[in-house]
Parts: sequence; C-alpha cells; structure tokens
Amino acid sequence: MAVAASTSTSERVIVAKAKWRPLENERNLAWLLLLPTMVLLGLFIAYPFMRGLLLSVTDTRVGIPGEFVGLANFRRLASDPIFHAVVWNTCWYTLVTTIFKLGLGLWLALLLNRSFKFKAFTRAFILLPFIIPTVLSTFAWKWMFDPTFSVLNWMLYQTGIIRVAINWLGDGDLAMLSIIIVNIWRGVPFFAISLLAGLQTISPDLNEAAAIDGARPLQRFWYITWPLLLPVTMVVMLFSVIQTFADFQIVYVMTGGGPANATHLFATYAYQLGVGTGLLSQGAAVSLAMFPILLLIVIVQLLYIRRVEVR
Amino acid sequence: MATVSIREVHKHYDDFHAVKGVSLEIKDHEFVVLVGPSGCGKTTTLRMVAGLESITEGRVLIGDTVVNELPPMDRDIAMVFQNYALYPHMSVYDNMAFGLKMRKFDKAEIKSRVAQAADILGIKDHLHRKPRQLSGGQRQRVALGRAIVRNPQVFLFDEPLSNLDAKLRVQMRVELKKLHQRLGTTAIYVTHDQVEAMTLGDRVVVMKDGLIQQVGEPLDLYNTPANKYVAGFIGSPAMNFADVTIANNGSGLVATNTAMSIAVPEHLAAPLGPHVGKPATFGIRPEDLRLADGSEPQHQTFEAVVEVAEQLGSEILLDVTCGPSSMVASVDPTVRVKPGEKIRLAFNPKRAHFFDGKSEMAVRG
Repeated sequence: MAVAASTSTSERVIVAKAKWRPLENERNLAWLLLLPTMVLLGLFIAYPFMRGLLLSVTDTRVGIPGEFVGLANFRRLASDPIFHAVVWNTCWYTLVTTIFKLGLGLWLALLLNRSFKFKAFTRAFILLPFIIPTVLSTFAWKWMFDPTFSVLNWMLYQTGIIRVAINWLGDGDLAMLSIIIVNIWRGVPFFAISLLAGLQTISPDLNEAAAIDGARPLQRFWYITWPLLLPVTMVVMLFSVIQTFADFQIVYVMTGGGPANATHLFATYAYQLGVGTGLLSQGAAVSLAMFPILLLIVIVQLLYIRRVEVR
Repeated sequence: MATVSIREVHKHYDDFHAVKGVSLEIKDHEFVVLVGPSGCGKTTTLRMVAGLESITEGRVLIGDTVVNELPPMDRDIAMVFQNYALYPHMSVYDNMAFGLKMRKFDKAEIKSRVAQAADILGIKDHLHRKPRQLSGGQRQRVALGRAIVRNPQVFLFDEPLSNLDAKLRVQMRVELKKLHQRLGTTAIYVTHDQVEAMTLGDRVVVMKDGLIQQVGEPLDLYNTPANKYVAGFIGSPAMNFADVTIANNGSGLVATNTAMSIAVPEHLAAPLGPHVGKPATFGIRPEDLRLADGSEPQHQTFEAVVEVAEQLGSEILLDVTCGPSSMVASVDPTVRVKPGEKIRLAFNPKRAHFFDGKSEMAVRG
C-alpha cells in the first residue's frame, strides 16, 4: 500500500479491534450454510431410505412389528413371477418411452427453434402436458381409452379403421401400449423445452458456416447440432430415465398394475404389496430392488456425460 | 476467382428497409471493403452475397451466374465470421477439413491442402487442438485457414478483426493484406473501422442507412469525399466542419460565420457562385491547418481558442474552438501553446472543402 511505503510522520496503522466473530472462520460458515440442506436431506431422504432398508430385512406387516429375517424377502422376490414381469415391464417401459420422448422432443425443439409467428405463445403452450397435475391428465386419458364410451374408439370406428371396439386397458399388451403413450405425451414437453434451451446456446453462425462449407441440412444436424447438443441431451435423458423408471402415477391411475399384473412397474408393485396387501417389508424389498439398477444406469450416464463434457 | 456484381439489391425485413438499392461491380482479384456505422446495411449486403439472407429485390452475380436462388454451398464462396464460428467440438484440423470433407475431396488431398494452409498461416503446431485451447489471434487464423483451403471464388469477411485487441488487429490486418496479395482471390470485407477500410481495400465503399455514399480508392475518398458524411467518416482525426454562409464582398466570394470570414479558394469560386446567400459547410482536415506565421494572407486564416493540446510526439493535436465550432488542428511538435490561448490558424486553400448546406453534397471545382 502507498501509505505503508511512505516514511512520512503522518503514517498511521489502524488495527481492527479483535472481536469474537465465529462466522469469519470459513470452516464454521461452511457448516452453517450446509446445515439446512443436511437437515432436509437427512430428514426426508436419508432417514426414510434407512428405514426402508431396515424394513426390508424383517417380516413386518401392517399391525405386526415383525422380526429380523435376513434376506428372505429378496429371496422370495427372486422366485416371484410377478416380480420378474415387473422388472421386464419397467425396463421396457423406460426404454420405449425414452426413445420416443427423445425423438419427438428433439423434433419439436428443432421446430420451435425456428422463427415463426406466435413463437413465445407456442413454446409456452407446448409445456401444458408437463404443467397439468399428472393424476388429472391421466384420468382424462383413462376416459379416452375407455372401450365403450371413449373418443379414441369412436374416432377409429367412425373413420372405419376398426369394426369392433378395442379394449385398450383390458388387454395386457394394449394396456402397456396405453401407459407408454400417456408417458410419452407427458414427457415430451420436458425434452422439447430442455433441448430447445440447449439448441439456443448453439451459435447460429456455426450452422451458417457449415452451410457455406457445403453441409446439407441433415449433415449440419449430424456434424454440428447433434454433437454440440449431446451434453444437454445426456442430462435430460438422465433425469427422464430416473423419473420413468420410478414412475407410479400414470400406471396407478390408468390400470392399477393390471390387467393380471401386466402393467406393474416397481413402484406400483411395491405399493400394492406394501400398502395394498399390507406386506410392508416385501413392499420395501421391491422398491429397494429398483435401487441397484437405477444406480447402474446413473453411473453409466454420468460417466458418459463427463466424457462428453471433457471433449 | 471471379467478379461479383451486385445490381440494385434491396433487403426488407418486415417493415424495415435495410438495404435500399445497392449496386456494385467488383472486379476479379479485387479487395473491396464495405465500411459504415452499425445498421448501415453493409453486413446484410455481404450476407446476401453469401446466401445467408434472401434478396428481396435485385440481383447478385458471381462470375456470370445469378446466384439469387442458389444456397450458400453452391456459390463457391468462403466466409470468415466476426466471432470466427469455429466448430468447438472439432480439432483445428477437422475445422479446416470440414468443407473439403463435405465436398467429398479424397483424404490425401484434404491432408495436403490443410497442411499447406496451416503452413501459410503458421498454425501447423496447433492442428490437433480444440478451438478453445487457442488464443484469439490463433482462432482468427484457423477461421482464415478454413476459408482458404477450399480455394473459393470469393472470400467474404464479416468484421473478422473486431474481436482482437488493438495490437493484434494491426498485425492481422497486415497479414490479411499479404494473404490477399499472395492468393489474389476476390474479397469483400465488411468493417466499421475506417482505418481497416483504408489500409486493406483496393476500393472502399462507404455506406449509410442502406445506401452507398461513395465508392472509390482509399485516397480518392480521402481527398475528394462526395459528401459531408464521407468527409467526416474517412480520416482520423476527422475532418473539421464549420457552418458558414457564402457571401460576395465585392472582391470575391467569402465564407463567413460569427467567428470567421475566409476567402473561398479560387478553384471553388465558380461552383460556389450559385450558393451566395445560402448556408454551406466549410470542411478542412486537421493536417491542412497550421499555426499562422503572418506570411499568409489574412483571409486564409481564422482565430481560435486552444482548449487542449494533445502531445503525440510526432505532432500536436490542438483541440480548439472557433466561435460555435470545435476543431482539431495537427501542428508541428515544436509549437508551444497553452489552453485558453488565442491563436490564428491558417488553412491550405487547395485542400479546403465546401458542402451544400441542405444536401450536404460536396461542391467541386
């Protein structure tokens, strides 16, 4: 400092009086700032998770405290044909919906990224399926899939595509198809809007430069837009896969897991066993069985995202 | 290599008329600079040549081909963008090779062309790097490399140096000039910097409000500006202006205002004749002013008050006021004057300019 360097007699050094200020210590401050988050996460995530773990190694039922039974619940699941179907259903449901949500969402995002009239309005409008409470919109879908009175069968019948009413939710495969359609309908806006945000970070100059370089529209997408959008795409996929894998509302409202357990996912089956039937510990085991599979998916995707971002 | 003809080209955006009938013939091998303030339509004009903007009206020809309806890729042009527009996920090599790959050149040819361009531009050592690992100047070179590997008919430059710092800009300006001398490719260059325009252009096109103000070789624009706008835009420090009225005092024409009364130079007396009694603008460049030493006739001098003296070493810029007008005079570095001092400035009558008070067009002898 200039003052310190001078030798003038007017030189003064002002020392702050030592006060007890514990928050000036960064370590204390860090703990204080972390505290609310830690309390919330601990109370609402860590504690229920631990309770779930403890529950799954007992034979607790509603009204019966139960005793420690080790991994018996998990062994029972391994030989439970419904659980096998649940694993398959959940993977299939997640795979198919994610592919369609990505495809349709990307297509929508590319369209919305262009300049057109009522652009802002349309972008907001697209989000509607995502904003409406899922249970409400799923009830509407349930009515639309009703075999006797629904608009869907009526349209197909009137246009001559079908002659006999289709029992959408009464047939195992069609019921699966129905919940997949509803999930895609609900999930596309999230993909579209997130990917649109990603697209908007890509400078239009790059596409212009590529156009001048001789790349056709599809080549521009493949060589420029897609690789630059990939990090965003991977994050969106990660969120979507986690949500879809643990989906509950759509299946619970549409089919309740039926017909004949054909549409049960992890969450609905765990609910049915644990709450519906009262086999709390078995329900806990089913929902915990989701955990290693999800963990694996998340690890793979996070590793991939890191690789993409380092590039 | 090719000529470029821009014929009566207009561009409308909804209700905004951005380019209002621009016509320009660019010769083969020529380096033409479009210069003007932002919003003057220079970039829009360039982008219409590139095919990145549709042409509302008029025609653009590259060589003998009308390219109005051709997509950019079929125009055989290369463009350097202001922010370089390098593909961030590709290496320098891939950035430069991209255009050749898209045009299905074979691998060996791509490799040799990229190597040659990298050699010319001095970026051989960076070919494996990503654009974000490069400095601004290096990125600029890669962007140039991407343009030259394709050996196109025309280069289009959209303010390519404006993102560089001042020192690098001067350096790259020289390199661009050298590159053009070496390759000879027809080039259209857009800038808002008149120094860049003057130093780079074989010809300079000054634009304002969607219209061409003047086209000419740099020194023509400097010495004989077509109107007050060009006169003020070209040259640094800018030309001094003083609003005057032309009068006839019996012995000849004089230009007067509250602070000065100067004789109209002989070569301008005839053309200024019809302006008697009307307002006009007197224009004089800072370097055409000097401190009066008494040897010059009284009517070629005027009085001014020094505001600031800027010592530049090779010259002194005197910021002065002369009645209602502020002026700058470039004077000899040995001159010693103080702020507030009254001085007499003499002007070079051969280099005086007059502009019509209404149309602002230059009055020429």
